[in-house]
Amino acid sequence: MSRQRPAGLQKVLNVLGPFIGLALVIALFSLIPEVQGRFLRFANFKSVATQSVIVALGALGMTFIIVSGGIDLSAASNIALSSVITAYAINAGAAPLVAVLLGVLTGGLVGLANGALVTRLRLIPFIVTLGMMGIARGAAKWIAGNQKIDAPMTWANELMARSPRPSWLLLAPGVWIVILLAVAMAVVLRYTVFGRHVFAVGSNESAARLCGIRTSRVKILVYSVAGLFCGLSGVMEFSRLTVGDPTVAVGLELDIIAAVVIGGGSLNGGEGSILGTMVGVMIMSFLRNGCTMMGWPNYIQEIIIGAIIVIAVTLDRLRHRGE
Amino acid sequence: MSREPAAPPVLRMAGVSKSFGATRALDGVSFELGRGEVHALIGENGAGKSTMMKILSGAIPPDAGRMEIDGWPYAPAGPADGLRGGISMIYQELTLAPHLTVEENIMLGREVHAAGWLDRKAMKRRVREALELVRHPEISPDVPVRKLSVGAKQVVEIARALLNRARIVVMDEPTSALSQEDSQRLFEIIGKLKGQGVSVIYISHFLEEVQRVADSYTVLRDGRGVGSGRMEGTLLEDLIQLMVGQKFTRFFPKVEHAVGEVILSLDGLKGARMTSPVSLTLSRGEILGIAGLIGAGRTEMLRTLFGLDEAEGGSVVVSGFEMAGAKPWASISRGLGLLSEDRQGEGLALGRSVADNMTMSDFAPYRRHGFLRPGRQRRAVGEWIGKMKIKAKGPAQKVGDLSGGNQQKVALARLLHQKAAILLLDEPTRGIDVVSKAQIYEWIGELAREGKAVLFVSSYLPELLGICDRIAVFHRGGLVESRPTPEWDAPGLMAAATVGRARPDHPISQRIAE
Repeated sequence: MSRQRPAGLQKVLNVLGPFIGLALVIALFSLIPEVQGRFLRFANFKSVATQSVIVALGALGMTFIIVSGGIDLSAASNIALSSVITAYAINAGAAPLVAVLLGVLTGGLVGLANGALVTRLRLIPFIVTLGMMGIARGAAKWIAGNQKIDAPMTWANELMARSPRPSWLLLAPGVWIVILLAVAMAVVLRYTVFGRHVFAVGSNESAARLCGIRTSRVKILVYSVAGLFCGLSGVMEFSRLTVGDPTVAVGLELDIIAAVVIGGGSLNGGEGSILGTMVGVMIMSFLRNGCTMMGWPNYIQEIIIGAIIVIAVTLDRLRHRGE
Repeated sequence: MSREPAAPPVLRMAGVSKSFGATRALDGVSFELGRGEVHALIGENGAGKSTMMKILSGAIPPDAGRMEIDGWPYAPAGPADGLRGGISMIYQELTLAPHLTVEENIMLGREVHAAGWLDRKAMKRRVREALELVRHPEISPDVPVRKLSVGAKQVVEIARALLNRARIVVMDEPTSALSQEDSQRLFEIIGKLKGQGVSVIYISHFLEEVQRVADSYTVLRDGRGVGSGRMEGTLLEDLIQLMVGQKFTRFFPKVEHAVGEVILSLDGLKGARMTSPVSLTLSRGEILGIAGLIGAGRTEMLRTLFGLDEAEGGSVVVSGFEMAGAKPWASISRGLGLLSEDRQGEGLALGRSVADNMTMSDFAPYRRHGFLRPGRQRRAVGEWIGKMKIKAKGPAQKVGDLSGGNQQKVALARLLHQKAAILLLDEPTRGIDVVSKAQIYEWIGELAREGKAVLFVSSYLPELLGICDRIAVFHRGGLVESRPTPEWDAPGLMAAATVGRARPDHPISQRIAE
């Protein structure tokens, strides 16, 4: 009854799809003589990785939200708010660890609020998080007194250092944190009951409810976890800038969503993977990096990334055709 | 109903009643289900079958009556209680998560885990066992469900129901989406379930199938149980007679009208969503009824004809013009008008005003240089509201605030407003009050007198017999019979719709042997 096409090949293509895109981008710039030398150096890869940390952390949480059939437009505002809170706490004399935890927690609370509003008020996530986008951004500016908060240097600023202090780390601590969390989240999404329920809610919410899954609880958890990731991303933002800037990361939520979508996430829910998302982040970072090296202006990057999003989703659609 | 004295019924429902507003959906229905028994629940659309099953599953509470499972009172507060009571529903509309694999769907909500960590091996084993049990070991647990055929999806649903340790399985039209071969396998599965002492309530319109698979039957009509007994020795025509009952056609106003020349003819029209090609003709001043079960392909035929679904072959000639494959705007300009069966989802924009809904298909009279002239629109719509006796505060009222009957009148007025010459009406009287129904019958007659052609799809046989000049019957995707109305009666229509032949005059056993 179930006609199965060459399942092996299909599977390989499904898994490798985003990687092929990444390989193409890297190959493209590696073949251009002007940038070849600089582009392929380890130092360059290191800086690309470091530049990816903030989007990557946001995208980890966003993957859960998109797989569950939701969306979070407040991610970037949440990152800004969390970075401001971290700076504020350090400035106020809190221990760096406490400040970092406060930053992460702030993000988690914003996420919890999103989840609670989506499930209790039965509003669509787009509206709730559109509102939260303004609220969190406004709160950040308010707390920061509408200006940057300077904070004394602490170890928190080394999380994003391009040359990590114990040099055997090779990559910035932030990059390692992303790698560890990505592995952890991939495992959660694939090997836990919670992860499976996230997919079920995104794929067919009424079927999930019919099977006895507490869909509201799953959603609240998803938004809260995603909020925690935004909080951590905000800490990294502070670490990179060494100040708490309430106007930072404007529009970044779209980059985060784009990364998830390029990596195979479907805005209709039920589809997406952590690995795909991470590849999506890398594709965008390498494109930016390569374009900058080529001396291409910003607007060219924007056009290329815009085109990549449309192409990636079209290819994804073609791949699913005939099912 | 014969019952072995040793085995008390697994399920007993007594005097169960339920009303929705003024409609009495169930009126003191009693029902008994034995252990390992396959019991068919039969009745026309709207006879109360689904209401009864919703009450059983705990989805809605009854107004009166009681239920017992194994002799213990059973009063479910919600679907979760139904599941716990061992009642599993297999719904007509599939309730699977398309992106999840077969294994994930079957185990959904019942995952085997240790502290939240999935035990995939154990689950895969259980899923394999379940698929083995339903005799479909070839379905891989790792395939996403959306890649499966409809039949295979149904099998997955059944496997899920079995894994739930169901003692009563309710199957609502399980074969309507299945091929012959898959239906065959389903019957084998049902046999196996019986062997394990699981009881099955089997709802289907396909009476021959019911004859084969069920041990006993209960027939519902207008919310009442009108007959039940052993299937063995019961003739098909008896069941049909019970289903249709004594119905009269004299409440239908007969408006005299004359049938003119042919205005619409379909020749072998085949659409992407139609299972077989359809040919028919419709004349000016003619009311052609289309009978058939839900899912028999009537709506698909209308949609293909109108251009909402893709046409793949055949021809549609409207007043001499070939129209096959035309888009809806072109169909409208040639005088076709479609009244959708899905009034709320597709027929009307519920949040918009009566005026906008009524004139949506033809804004031309109220437009100047691209601007709408609301004054003119309001005046014109006001006249229609009076003419159609629509109970609305005015043209500006939201359509969603009107009653079902008045909503339907707005939808019908739209076709008249756009001056359609050929009206394709899909279940125009479904779910509306009696007074509105009578008015709609009268209008249809008036329209025919004005020389308009009407294609009238309905699942309610008395109204077809009451107002149509000719009735064509659809069965499993194709048109099987078309005759002038005087040559039809309700049992004949029901037989053609359920069996595909107008006269079920052989005993059943012979026909199954065919």
